[in-house]
Amino acid sequence: MDWASKIPTLLACAWLLPLASFVIILVGGRKLGRAGRGAAWIACGAIVGSFCLSTIALAGWLWINPLAPPADHAHHGPAHASVSSAPEHSRERPAESSLHKSPGSPTAQPLCGIWYTLGEFGSSRVAISYYIDGLTVAMFVMVSLIASCIHVYSIGYMHEELDEVTDEAVRLADGRRLRRPGRFHRFFQHLSLFSFSMLGLIVAGNLAMVFCFWELVGICSYLLIGFYIERSAASNAANKAFIVNRVGDFGMIVGLMVFWAGLGTLSFGDIRNGAGEVVEQGVFSLVRPEKADHDLVIPEGLVRWSARGEISQFARAQAAAGVPAAALPAERIEQWRSSGWGYGLLVLGGLGLFCGCIGKSAQFPLHVWLPDAMEGPTPVSALVHSATMVAAGVYLTARCFPIFVPEVLLTIAVVGCITLLLAATIALTATDIKRVLAYSTVSQLGYMMLALGSGGWVAGVLHLFTHAFFKSLLFLCSGSVIHACRTNELTQMGGLARKMPWTAVTMLVGCLAIIGAGIPLVGGLSGYYSKDAILAQQYVFAAANPHLGWMFYAAAIGAAMTAFYMFRLWFLAFVGKPRDAHVFDHVHESPPVMTGPLVLLAVLAVAVAWHVPLTHWGLEPLLSQARPLGIDQPEFRGLMLASTTIPGEHLSHDASVHTSAALLAFAMGAAGVLLAAVMYAARKLDPADVAGQFPRAYRFLLNKWWFDELYHFLWVRPTMALSRWTAQLDQRVIDYVWDSAARGVTMIARLDDWVDRRMVDRALDRIADAVYRLAIRARGLQSGYVRHYVLAIAVGLVALVVVMSLYWSNASAGW
Amino acid sequence: MNPFSDPVGLPHYLLVGAVLFVCGILCMTTKRNAVGVLMGVELVLNGANVNLVALGSPALYSNGVAPLGLDGPLTAAFVIVLAAAEAAVALAIVLSYYRTMATIDVDQASQLKG
Repeated sequence: MDWASKIPTLLACAWLLPLASFVIILVGGRKLGRAGRGAAWIACGAIVGSFCLSTIALAGWLWINPLAPPADHAHHGPAHASVSSAPEHSRERPAESSLHKSPGSPTAQPLCGIWYTLGEFGSSRVAISYYIDGLTVAMFVMVSLIASCIHVYSIGYMHEELDEVTDEAVRLADGRRLRRPGRFHRFFQHLSLFSFSMLGLIVAGNLAMVFCFWELVGICSYLLIGFYIERSAASNAANKAFIVNRVGDFGMIVGLMVFWAGLGTLSFGDIRNGAGEVVEQGVFSLVRPEKADHDLVIPEGLVRWSARGEISQFARAQAAAGVPAAALPAERIEQWRSSGWGYGLLVLGGLGLFCGCIGKSAQFPLHVWLPDAMEGPTPVSALVHSATMVAAGVYLTARCFPIFVPEVLLTIAVVGCITLLLAATIALTATDIKRVLAYSTVSQLGYMMLALGSGGWVAGVLHLFTHAFFKSLLFLCSGSVIHACRTNELTQMGGLARKMPWTAVTMLVGCLAIIGAGIPLVGGLSGYYSKDAILAQQYVFAAANPHLGWMFYAAAIGAAMTAFYMFRLWFLAFVGKPRDAHVFDHVHESPPVMTGPLVLLAVLAVAVAWHVPLTHWGLEPLLSQARPLGIDQPEFRGLMLASTTIPGEHLSHDASVHTSAALLAFAMGAAGVLLAAVMYAARKLDPADVAGQFPRAYRFLLNKWWFDELYHFLWVRPTMALSRWTAQLDQRVIDYVWDSAARGVTMIARLDDWVDRRMVDRALDRIADAVYRLAIRARGLQSGYVRHYVLAIAVGLVALVVVMSLYWSNASAGW
Repeated sequence: MNPFSDPVGLPHYLLVGAVLFVCGILCMTTKRNAVGVLMGVELVLNGANVNLVALGSPALYSNGVAPLGLDGPLTAAFVIVLAAAEAAVALAIVLSYYRTMATIDVDQASQLKG
C-alpha cells in the first residue's frame, strides 16, 4: 500500500471531519435531537472519527518510516558548528560532518505537498498545503485523542445547558438573576470549530496557512472563554485574551513579512512536482540547504535584500563605466554572506515568529491573559487553554526551529525561564483551583520554551505531549470538583476524597505526573521523562555557557515549586476536614460520562512516555525521528552573541548528565511534596504563619506580581484616556460641526416648507378651486333630460342658421 | 311672395316640412312619455322626408329638372326604412324599461346619472 500518498488524504479527512460537524451544528442548532442534544453526538462522532483516521495515519507513517533503535552516544567528536558563512566551510562540511552527525534515528523524509493552490503570483504562491512528519502525525493523534475525551466529558459537564439556565453570577438591573435558554449545541459547535482549526494549524504546510489557523484558534478561544458572555468577568477575559494575542500576532506578521519579502516563500518544505523535481524551495531548505549538510546558511534572498544598496551601486557603477549590465558575480554574494549581511533579518524574522508564540503560549510578558481565560467552561480550559491551543506556540517554535539562529534561541530560553519562575511563584499562593492550574500551565509552557531555546528539541516537544495529557487530566478533575462543589475556591473545599474517590485518585495521578514522579534512573510517570530531559538539557546548556548557569537553577527550583503547588492543591481539596460544611454536604461523585475520560487520561498521563514493552518504539523515538535535520550539532554559535552557544541535544543523553539531572529532579520534587505535606496535610506548619512571616512577598505573589495593575497603568489607562479624549473630541468638535450643519439644513428646509405651503400650494389650491367651481356649474348643462339636449340642438341650429344668414348671399348659394 | 295666393310650388312643400320638423322638435322636448318622444322623432324624420321628395320632384320646377333628381325619393325611402328599424329598437327598449320600472316616463330613467 502506498502510504506516502494515503497519509495526506487520511489527515485531510481527519482535519475536515470537525468542520463538517461544525457546519451541521451551525445549520441544525437546537433542532438536533431534544434541545440540541444531538449536537454532542455529532461533534463526538466527528472527533472520534478524526482520532481513528489519525491513528491509522500514525500506523502508516511508522510503516514507511520505522523507528531506529536507540544509538550509542559515545563517539561524538568535539566538532564545532556555527552559522556557516564562508563558502569553503560549507564545502568541506559533508566529509567531516558524517562523523559527528547525530546517529539517532535516520530522519524520515517529511511529506510536503499542495492540496489546493489559492493563487500564484510569479514564482510565489499561496496554497493550502501540508507538511507531514512524525511531529505532525503525533500531534494529530494527541490533539484528536484529548479532544475526544473532552468532548465526551463535556456531555456530562454541560448538561445543565440543555434546559433553560439561571445564571447565578449575573444580576439584572432589577435585581433578578438572568434566565436564558441553554446553549448546549453552541458549545459543541465551538468545540468542533476549534478542533478543525487546531488540526489545520498542525497540518499546515506554510506559514501563511499557519497564521490563518492561528487566528482561527484565537477566535475559538475568544468564543469559548466568553461562553457565559453575560458575566462581565467572562466577556472581559475574552477581550483580554483576544487583545493580548493581537500584540503577539503583530510581531508574528513582522516575522512573516521578513520571510515573504526575503525568501519569496512561506512554505516549510520543498514542493515537488509529479516527477519529483523541486518546483519551489521551502524556507527550511533555503535556510539549511542540503548541500551545506543542513547547516544554517544565510539565504541569498536575505543577503540580497540586506545588501540592496550595494547592489544598486554596483549596477550604477557598471552603467557609468559603459559596461553592458552583467549579473552580480556570485563571489560578491558569498563575500557579503560571510561578513554577515542578512543575518539581522534572520534574527528579526525569528524573533517576530517567536513573538506570536509568546502571545499564544502565554509567555512573559504576555502571560496575563491565560489565568483570566479560566472564566470559560472547564472542558474548554482543559482542551484549549492547557492541552492544545496554548501549546500551539510551542509547536510553532518547534516547527520553525531550523530557521532560528542562536540569538533567537537564547531569547526563547530566557523568556521561557522567566515565565516558568514567574508563573510558578504566583501559583504558590493562588486559591482558585483553576487559577493554580492556569499558572501551572504557564509555568510548564515556560519549561517547554526553555527546553527548546536551549537546544532540547525533543525534550521540549516531549514535554508538550506529556503535559497535554496530564494537564488536561488535571483540568477535567478540577472540573469534576467544581461541578460537585459549585465553587472554585480551595478555601471552601477539603476532605473531598471520601466523597469523590475517582476524581481524587485520578487527580493524584495527574499531580504525580506533572511533578515527574518516578524512581530515578529506572522509570516513572510521563512527566518524569520529559522533565528529566529538560533538566539534563539545562545541565548541558549551563556547562556550555557558565554565565547563563542561573537558568539551570531556575529550572530546578521551578521543579520544586511545581511539586509544592500541585500537592498544596491536592491536599487542600481532597484531604483534611471539610472547610465549608454547606459545600461538602452537596458534593457527589460525577457521572460515568465524566469519570470515564478521567480514567483514560490518567492511564495516558502515566504511560504516554513509556516505550512499547520489549521494543524500542515509543513517543520519544518518534520525536527523535521528527527532529529537523542539522539542528543537533554539538555547538551552535551565532554571529552577534559569539559567547553563547546552543549545545546539541545528544550531549544530554550522556550517562553522567542524565544521572545528575534525574537525581536533582527527584530531590527537588520530593522537597516540594514534603513541604506541601508538612504544611497542608500534617498541619505541622501553619500556612498563615508562613504568609505572616513574609507579608510583603505574600502580597506580591497574591497580587500576581502586580502585572495586571502594571499593565493597567501602562497600557489600559493611557488607552482609556486616549479614548476618552477622542470621545470628547468627537462629542465636542465633530458632533458640533455636524449638529450645526444639521441645524442649517433644518432651517433651510423650514424656509422651503414655508414657501411651499404659503405660495406654491396656495396658488395651486386657488386654480384647483376655480376649476372645481367651474365644473360644478358646467355640470348643470348635463341634465340628462333628452328634451334639454334636443332643445339645445334646435336652438343651436336656429342660431347657426341665423348667423349663416347674416353672411348669406345669392351668389354663394349658386342661385 | 304670398303662399296663400301663389300656386302650390316648392316653397309650400318646404313650409310643410318645416312645420312638421318644428312640431316634431316640440313633441320631443315637451313629452315625458317615451312613446310621445318617439312620435316626435318620427315627425322630424318625416319633415325631412317631405323636403327630400319635394327637392327631387321635377313637376315642381319650371324647367322640369329637379336638383336632386331620383336621389330625393330614394333617400326618403331609406329614411323610412331606418325610421322603422329605429322605432322597432326604441319600442323594444321602452317595453323592456316598462317591465322593470313600471313606467315609461323618460325623466324617471336616471339610473345611470352620476
